[in-house]
Amino acid sequence: MKKILIFGGLLLSTVLTYAQATISPAKPQSKPITITGATIHIGDGRVINNGYITFEKGKITAIGEGNSPNTSGAEIIDATGKQVYPGFICPVTTLGLIEVEEGAKGTVDAEETGELNPNVRSLIAYNTDSKVIPTVRSNGILLAQPTPEGGLLSGQSSVVQLDAWNWEDAAYKTDVAVHLNWPVIRPARRRGPVAALPGAESPDEARLKALDALNNLFTEAKAYAEAKPDVINLRFEAMKGLFKGTKKLFVNVDGAKEIIEAVTFANKLGMQAVIVGGKESYLVTNLLRQNNVPVIIKETQTLPARDEDDVYLPYKLPKILQDAGVLYGLTGIGFWRQRNLPFEAGQAVGYGLTKEQALSMITINNARILGIDKTTGTLETGKDANLFISEGDALDMITLNVTSAFIQGRNISLDNLHKQLYRKFSDKYGKKAD
Amino acid sequence: MKRLLLYGFATLLCNFARAQQTFPVNGVQDIRPGLYAFTNATIVVNSRQTISNGTLLVKDRVIEAVGTGMPVPKGYVVVDLEGKYIYPGLIDAYTSYGLPDAPRQALTFTRTVTPLSTKQGAYGWNEAIRPEMNVKSIFHVDAAKAEAFKKNGFGSVQSLIHDGIARGTSVVATLGDERDNLVILSEDAAANYSFNKGTAATNYPSSLMGSIALLRQTYLDGQWYSSQKEEYNISLAEFNRTQSLPQIFEATDPLSVLRADKIAKEFGKKYIFKTDGDEYRRIDAMKATGSSFIIPLTFPDAFDVEDPLQARKITYEQLKDWELAPNNPAMMEKAGIPFAITSYGLNNPRDFWTNLRIAIDHGLSEAQALQSLTEIPAQILGVSDKVGTLAKGKMANFIITSGGLFKKENVIYENWIEGRQYIVSRVSAINLAGSYKLSGDGLAGITLRVSGNPGAYELSVQRSGTDSVRTRGTFTRTGDGVSLYFDLKNNPAGTIRLSGYISATSPITLSGSAVLPDGTSTNWSAVYSGPVPAANRPDESKPNLTAGPVVYPFTAFGNTELPKAETVLFKNATVWTNEKDGILKNTDVLIENGKIKAIGKNLAAGNAKVIDATGKHITAGIVDEHSHIAASGGINEGTQAVTSEVRIGDVLDSEDINLYRQLAGGVTTSHILHGSANPVGGQTMLIKHRWGVLPDQMKFEGADGFIKFALGENVKQSNFNIQPGPNTRFPQSRMGVEQVYVDAFTRAKEYKAARAVKGNHVRRDLELDALVEILDNKRFITCHSYVQSEINMLIHVADSMGFHINTFTHILEGYKVADKMKAHNIAGSTFSDWWAYKSEVGEAIPYNGKIMNEMGVVTAFNSDDEEMARRLNQEAGKAVTYGHMSEEEALKLVTLNPAKMLHVDNKVGSLKPGKDADLVLWSADPLSIYAVAEKTYVDGIPYWDYEKDAAKQKELKADEGRIIQKMLEAKNKGAATQRPTGGGRRPAYDCDTIEDDAYVVADSYNGMLNHK
Repeated sequence: MKKILIFGGLLLSTVLTYAQATISPAKPQSKPITITGATIHIGDGRVINNGYITFEKGKITAIGEGNSPNTSGAEIIDATGKQVYPGFICPVTTLGLIEVEEGAKGTVDAEETGELNPNVRSLIAYNTDSKVIPTVRSNGILLAQPTPEGGLLSGQSSVVQLDAWNWEDAAYKTDVAVHLNWPVIRPARRRGPVAALPGAESPDEARLKALDALNNLFTEAKAYAEAKPDVINLRFEAMKGLFKGTKKLFVNVDGAKEIIEAVTFANKLGMQAVIVGGKESYLVTNLLRQNNVPVIIKETQTLPARDEDDVYLPYKLPKILQDAGVLYGLTGIGFWRQRNLPFEAGQAVGYGLTKEQALSMITINNARILGIDKTTGTLETGKDANLFISEGDALDMITLNVTSAFIQGRNISLDNLHKQLYRKFSDKYGKKAD
Repeated sequence: MKRLLLYGFATLLCNFARAQQTFPVNGVQDIRPGLYAFTNATIVVNSRQTISNGTLLVKDRVIEAVGTGMPVPKGYVVVDLEGKYIYPGLIDAYTSYGLPDAPRQALTFTRTVTPLSTKQGAYGWNEAIRPEMNVKSIFHVDAAKAEAFKKNGFGSVQSLIHDGIARGTSVVATLGDERDNLVILSEDAAANYSFNKGTAATNYPSSLMGSIALLRQTYLDGQWYSSQKEEYNISLAEFNRTQSLPQIFEATDPLSVLRADKIAKEFGKKYIFKTDGDEYRRIDAMKATGSSFIIPLTFPDAFDVEDPLQARKITYEQLKDWELAPNNPAMMEKAGIPFAITSYGLNNPRDFWTNLRIAIDHGLSEAQALQSLTEIPAQILGVSDKVGTLAKGKMANFIITSGGLFKKENVIYENWIEGRQYIVSRVSAINLAGSYKLSGDGLAGITLRVSGNPGAYELSVQRSGTDSVRTRGTFTRTGDGVSLYFDLKNNPAGTIRLSGYISATSPITLSGSAVLPDGTSTNWSAVYSGPVPAANRPDESKPNLTAGPVVYPFTAFGNTELPKAETVLFKNATVWTNEKDGILKNTDVLIENGKIKAIGKNLAAGNAKVIDATGKHITAGIVDEHSHIAASGGINEGTQAVTSEVRIGDVLDSEDINLYRQLAGGVTTSHILHGSANPVGGQTMLIKHRWGVLPDQMKFEGADGFIKFALGENVKQSNFNIQPGPNTRFPQSRMGVEQVYVDAFTRAKEYKAARAVKGNHVRRDLELDALVEILDNKRFITCHSYVQSEINMLIHVADSMGFHINTFTHILEGYKVADKMKAHNIAGSTFSDWWAYKSEVGEAIPYNGKIMNEMGVVTAFNSDDEEMARRLNQEAGKAVTYGHMSEEEALKLVTLNPAKMLHVDNKVGSLKPGKDADLVLWSADPLSIYAVAEKTYVDGIPYWDYEKDAAKQKELKADEGRIIQKMLEAKNKGAATQRPTGGGRRPAYDCDTIEDDAYVVADSYNGMLNHK
């Protein structure tokens, strides 16, 4: 009885605290919309001053400088003095998979038990009703790649758009990648030498064993993919796409040595690898460029890995990859923190990148890496109308102010739990919530 | 039969026993007079006096006479030591000789809750305080272990228990193979201490600051114990009893030495420090302690650096240490610090002489080396009357050597202990080092080169001519017999084995039979043809003694010389004054003598260095109200609900790279807090980011003392995986948290009242002292807090108990109670936008700061994170994003407002003549994502400069490259190497980091999370 009561209480509090009942997904675009007078950032480096952009039935139909050619029947949004951007894309995130990070295990669906889970799919755990999503969306992030974590092979991810009733209509591109955590030697936690237990496996040996297991698994999976098997193996079924070129292998790896290993590994088996993290990718840029292996940088706003590194190294990493001709994208960390993705990109500007290059990191570059650049990532005719209007520079916290946003032409709500609480308590004190 | 024989030898030795008054004898007594006269020797009486052609008379266990030209009385065994030397037996001041193997520290992560001692008997509450441990009651002669010491020339040792914070008393014993009763020279040689709780099962302390607090409280408890009659406590009684002994403290690094030295000064003690040998890093500060030291010769091996990617795992600190550590003894000598040398910590006892000679190569004088191995340890341990020099009446502990003890070619022949001979190498043995011409069927044209000393020969083999080859072999000598083998690789391939004997001595000739790889045998002989040329003695080639400078702090980006305060005029900047003037455009700022001198237009430069700041911005340095950087040994003492006795100020770490990195983000002042594991945490410390100074010099002068409180999920351990049980630490709910506060302050009030009446008859309790300071408005609270219910609760408790809450930190639901905070004059230091990382932050909103500020609460944004701290300016910028706060007000969130809540706004936080010259030159609007901190000044000293940093990086790379080249060189010469493991980096702390496992064996508080 007590248990039931507690359960009942929890439900009740969920309803009260996390109510977002008023934030509904937007209706499909019903008539053409034209935004005029704006500074339009295409996403690929080009900028149109005093530009217009028209979209209809969810697709961009016209974009250019000056007055829009045909505005009859279209809803006009005057964005004079404002900025228009392609919707930001957040790859490799646990957004929608985790609601409360600690102390509420029931809300965590980002990690499956076991080491080899290429068959598990993040898409079906993606919670469109997460109260975190609207807070992220409010800063211009309109697409994301909810990604499983943990083990050696964590599972598969899909790209979702962030305004949906359920994961089915959220799905933007399904099962795009399989995620691999490259085996590394964890540095000893203690300072100073640690006496190895007699007979214990050295960290080197343990890592080599993990690499053997990986080689074995992938080699067998590749053979499996070549002929009709007698017995169905779900893991190998999930990996087929890696060898057919329909899925990419996202490898979480930071060290230069391990990046070399991962790239060689993927090459040998004919897979398209994407380096995720890549803290030391700047040491192996030739390898990455020659093999067309892109990098998704995990955070610029992080600390250098070594005391000896340039204190600003993570801020400078995008510029180094840019100059070296490596395709690089960017993600932030975790789920709620992804609302800082624009700032993670802007951070690189003080350290050599141009503003438009920083923007490309979280728009077209991420789109290319995820394989969705045909439909999104830039503001170009024929692509989805995934875009937003900001009062000012969207990569800078003192100017970012998203006033409207569209996903596939749908004018989405920018309200969120935080704005609601802001209004509630401003009201308590008789202040204005501006 | 063989066994019997061996047994027979053993009894032969044992029967020859000392007369021992109280012990019965089995069989026929065998007492020998033990009268020896060593004549014609060079006798090194002590480090200052050497007698040529001297005589040493020994009677049984003691020295009867030392001198020259004295007659040898009848009845003495005369040993002619013509050409040889006698030295006092060496003393190792730090060993575990004669003790059972140290208990292995359990590495299991069992989650047991053990609040009190599990030891039976009338001992103290905490197992880490074990002064009742006396080596004298467990010491037992261990002939096998003594062997290694004796071979190195040691005659006596201090033996102590390496376990616990107060470790009890040690003994000084000789290494004689006698009954235990006869080898102890001092039964209570010293009282020993450390900061490491060792195997103690008691949970407390789980941090370095906890260890320090416990030791400090133990001194007070000792004083109290001697004036009370309520309880009997063996631990405290023993603690008091052993205070008159020498006090030896095992402190690893120089900063730990300073920490321990502070305790010593506080209680009128003087510690002798046993260290890891890193004094060179802070040699002046070590000298200033006025203490004596016991230092090891544990010089690190070179690293394998062939693989440049692998080599990146090696820290700059490790590289520098490899180069500088062998200089440590010489630097100690040069600084005039008295020190003993111990062999403790060496992987192999054979490294002792190798490393000692390395130290001598690096400048340690032989006289100092001798003192540090004889007179100084004897004096430190209070046994100067018995050992350390050769003088009448002292123990007959001495060594006989072939030449000067510290010379490379020296051989220790005999080590006499308590008048007993121990043979290291036979005196009669001829040194076989030299070149030999080998002859025999199939062995023609080969030269053998034997180098090294008796006992450790090395062989290289060379064949000239058409089949020329040079290879290494193995050469073993047993008495007059030799055996050797080598592989010529070609003609013939395979190992050639030779055995033989010394068949002639002038010239030395070795002869015997050899077995060739094909199994055929032949006779061989080798005739001495001269010494080995220096080039063929790889270990004797000149070591590379060049060493780079020590850097301060001893880590990457350390300075060889500390930067100094500058007189600077910044021209034409946008100046964010944080004062009534607001933001001034095209304005100059002049700093001088560490202070802001003037702010205005067209200021005269005078002799100031002029910096053109056109288009740039100047703000006050950033003040971080909530930081956990620059602390050692754990940030939480979460093992008890109330730990107000622990102090972050005790464990500051001046070598933390984050001090520098945050200067590069404009941070000049940080408030280093205890973590949030318990309702009443430890005392905090306000520091300035003075990169390179000593920990105490980082402290913000004259700042008020603060203390960390905490509410919510962390203190009730809701995210722990502890099985609840009878000992589960209280509290486990928010209900319990209130009671902890009420109870603590009730006790504090009673304590205060009692002390007011009875003075020191009431036991002084450092935990309650800190709470009384709060009640007296002398210490101020910053309280980690999240949800409004608990915030409200603490406000009520404070009201009812009569104390004031200075600051709520984190305070993520501050926006819900901003009116109450304002009414109670409580400041709020929050995150800009953190939420969703645990249940209690489900309603944290990024408008929190805006609402609190608007309601008149003094509001700040803090980091609690070594990464976020270096872009707090951007965090302030987010108050513009969320809620559109004015930029001028937003900047105050990370400068003036935290300064106000820390009571230092009279010195920092704004730009005003007379205030500290703590300021930042930004490339752009400081709240913008695009702003780069180009220069950061603390007290007018340019600790961060973007341009100079680029030069520093180059220097760093060059120095790393230089040392790595040197390592490769050393490896090529045959030096031992180690693999880079990636260890050696500092752990990062935040609120929830429960412990540093360097200080904890195993308890219930392991493995906590990494969030706020």
